[in-house]
Amino acid sequence: MVDRIANIWGTRTAYARDGLWPVRVDQVLDDGIAEGDVDRWVQSACVLCSNGCACDIAVKDGAMVGIRGRAQDLVNHGRLGPKGLFGSRQGVSHKDRLTSPLVRENGQLVECDWDTAMRRIVDRSRDLLAERGPLSHGFYTSGQLFLEEYYALAVIGKAGIGTPHMDGNTRLCTATAAAAMKESFGADGQPGSYTDIDSCDALFLYGHNMAETQTVLWSRVLDRIAGPDRPRIVCVDPRNTEVARHADVHLAIRPGTNLALMHALVREVLAQGWDDAGYVRDHTLGLDALRKVVEPWTAEAAAAVCGVPASDIRDAARIFGTSDRIVSTVLQGFYQSSQATAASCQVNNLHLLRGMLGAPGRGVLQMNGQPTAQNNRECGADGDLPGFRNWENPDHIQELARLWNVDPMTIPHWAPPTHAMQIFRYAEQGSIDFLWISATNPAVSMPELPRIRDILAKPDLFLVVQDLYLTETAQYADVVLPAAGWGEKTGTFTNVNRIVHLSDQAVDPPGQARSDLDIFLDYARRMDFTTLNGGPLLDWTGPEDAFEAWKDCSRGRPCDYTGITYGRLRGGSGIPWPCNEDHPNGTDRLYRDGVFPTDPDYCESYGHDLLTGATVGAQAFRAQDAGGRALFKTAPFHPPHEEPDEDYPLRYTTGRTVYHFHTRTKTGRSRPLSDAAPRAWVELAREDADRLGISEGDLVRVTSRRGRIEVPARVSGIAPGTVFAPFHYGYWDTGGRPGTHPTAANELTLTEWDPVSKQPMFKNAAVTVEKIGDATGPAPAPTTTASRPAAAPGTAPVPATTGGDGAQATETTDTKPAPRFPDTIRNTTEGGRP
Amino acid sequence: MNLNIYLGMLRQAENTLADSFRQVAEGHGAEPDVHFLCRTLAAQCDGHGELLGPVVQRYGENSSDNEPERLHAQGLATTRNGPVGLLRDLQDLYLLASFVDVTWTMVKQAGSALRDNELLAVVEKCDAETATQLRWLQTRMKQAAPQALVAAR
Repeated sequence: MVDRIANIWGTRTAYARDGLWPVRVDQVLDDGIAEGDVDRWVQSACVLCSNGCACDIAVKDGAMVGIRGRAQDLVNHGRLGPKGLFGSRQGVSHKDRLTSPLVRENGQLVECDWDTAMRRIVDRSRDLLAERGPLSHGFYTSGQLFLEEYYALAVIGKAGIGTPHMDGNTRLCTATAAAAMKESFGADGQPGSYTDIDSCDALFLYGHNMAETQTVLWSRVLDRIAGPDRPRIVCVDPRNTEVARHADVHLAIRPGTNLALMHALVREVLAQGWDDAGYVRDHTLGLDALRKVVEPWTAEAAAAVCGVPASDIRDAARIFGTSDRIVSTVLQGFYQSSQATAASCQVNNLHLLRGMLGAPGRGVLQMNGQPTAQNNRECGADGDLPGFRNWENPDHIQELARLWNVDPMTIPHWAPPTHAMQIFRYAEQGSIDFLWISATNPAVSMPELPRIRDILAKPDLFLVVQDLYLTETAQYADVVLPAAGWGEKTGTFTNVNRIVHLSDQAVDPPGQARSDLDIFLDYARRMDFTTLNGGPLLDWTGPEDAFEAWKDCSRGRPCDYTGITYGRLRGGSGIPWPCNEDHPNGTDRLYRDGVFPTDPDYCESYGHDLLTGATVGAQAFRAQDAGGRALFKTAPFHPPHEEPDEDYPLRYTTGRTVYHFHTRTKTGRSRPLSDAAPRAWVELAREDADRLGISEGDLVRVTSRRGRIEVPARVSGIAPGTVFAPFHYGYWDTGGRPGTHPTAANELTLTEWDPVSKQPMFKNAAVTVEKIGDATGPAPAPTTTASRPAAAPGTAPVPATTGGDGAQATETTDTKPAPRFPDTIRNTTEGGRP
Repeated sequence: MNLNIYLGMLRQAENTLADSFRQVAEGHGAEPDVHFLCRTLAAQCDGHGELLGPVVQRYGENSSDNEPERLHAQGLATTRNGPVGLLRDLQDLYLLASFVDVTWTMVKQAGSALRDNELLAVVEKCDAETATQLRWLQTRMKQAAPQALVAAR
């Protein structure tokens, strides 16, 4: 048994370059349950990060009693992380679950039946549509529903109501990944594969604390590091993360300066002649413009802006310029920071310059934060059109109209779909009166919370919230709908490297809770949304109908699912799209041939100016005649709009810890996870703490122009001048509203977003810090992660974070062969055809 | 030679546009994208004025031409409120930026006739940025118009 709270990544199973990552099956069963007691194991995949680890759920007497990783799956080779082991079923099997719909009566939420709740929604919806039209309706969804649910919502919003105001919290986590791929390659679609980790010589992590955000993928990296020919590692992160501790080069740059660093790396690769001139000539466009923009950015110039030595920048560039096989991964340190899309495109540009795409060990992983973010992007319940279609291309709108048998005029395409921050602005101004929020908690997760709370509390905003629990957001709702959670419903979802998994229903949802799909279909039926023939717009009866309908929508598009069936997904590994007649077993990595989806008739976007977000437009895009070549896109660097000054002298950044997911709606209800990181904290560098007279555990007040938090201080290895707060800690377990000591990191963040991806900037604000109380013990921050305390001579060491008896898992190695693509994919005969 | 008339007009128009971008940035602080981008674009216009400096020195700047009042565009004195106000302010910026854009085009014509490579290099950089400013304004207005004109109260 292994304590998987103390030992986050589990036991090493080292392997060499080009080897197969060994299998290690991780398993946890509830106290008193032996393997022989389990009635059945039900196939699923974990929804507590974007990794999508395949698993089986142990069921006994109608309850989930355990979990184990699936050995034959391409994603995890049997492993699970601490959140999957201790938070998946524990996060849904809790006494706090909503078991009945609620409606607001005389200011109070009271229980009611489904008919009452749905009638109230439909009445308001119909009235508003008649009175003010579709632009009065907004939908804000998640990165945690299933594909079938997003597609249902997309069809309802785009073909039933016809509103452009649909987005997901994917806007906060993964919008820049999609935007960067659209700009560089013409369409969304992850170029690389996790198998590239097995073959690479160098691994670059840009603003990606993989050790905490995708623990099982980091286990794969650790197993390469432990092997005979470890890849060199370059880490860009202001914190002393576990990734940084293993890095050959750690660039602890100032928040808000990513693009300056990237310009210097690109410039150095070009200046040293490390670019692959043949690849650039045959497969790219726009090198001259790129060269011009990066020209002023010598390593010294970037060093001055970023606050790291020029020699480190040169070392990182040399590793990129001279390694034979390179994988880059990018996440929130870039996506939630200033000039997000431009900085992330520079990662793509580096790979294009060296021809490092489409071959084993040569790939880019523009990561996702959430388990099903990819499906929201594909299905178009966010700011995209279904099947990666282009809102500026009238033929694509016609395709959707034919598919759904509706008038193309119904489908909003006169402007880009409205992004989340703008939806909330319209609600603030009162032009959106009907807002339906599903499976997300903006009252904690959005920037500048005092403003968000005011919007949610507006008396004339009709707010529907659909969730597992009475979240901080649900407390503002006019109608609360109890949703079924993971393990209580069936559907598919797709992880960050395009692998599609099926999650089967294992147990019944509690009380009257219903699947999100059932709720959306019920709304569509009650609203009488019809096709041009007068038939129902959505005639599906269950998830498999929805999946088959989605396959039609995906046909011929980059995310082609037509070769996948529920049958093929049961029993084997997940399958990476595109999966169709040409690729019957799916596709491990994209762009092997260096042909990119930039054909103007096919592409998902004609692109933007990366400084302003101005659209390029069809005519200009066609004129450049990309014809399958990728595009070098970039923008000049500009400093963040809020810089430290006399009143607010420190840089503030936010992020996550390994033990929690989002606003702790699930993980906060798991004893092992909650005990490991029970309450909020803030991290300060030793130098800053000493100067401010702050010691480990002291209560401090952190103030920005928007608000304040009051939490204990952890003196950590963070870069001096930078302050970090985890964003998980809202108020559902401390009275519902910020009390005397507010804890939510987003009290301080500012309302600003990237001009292209529209992703909010959570990672740059100016703050001041002061001590307001003496320590009563160390800060409640884990010691196992980036929040590890900095050693201070003469003070008592902080006790190590452990899980104890409640956090034991078994790890079984060497019993099963490692899965290999495509052998582990079930063929069409085994799985049957639709 | 009358190029100095146009150079004077251009420098003044860039100035006016910069001031107007700043005005809109301050007046629409609740629209963060408008607020921050207008500040960035104002700085871009300032930069154009500086790049014009050496050229103006060579040709001279004539601010006493025959009909300056009729050629010079007026900047925004104040900003408006609400969704329609935002749309109209952006549209005013669009008109000012269009004036700058076409003036650059005329200066480019003259620069070509004069075979003045230094002037043409300045035009190439600045006019491309002005064109992007126009495209951004149009992108943002197209996004705002349906909500402002159809749904706003």
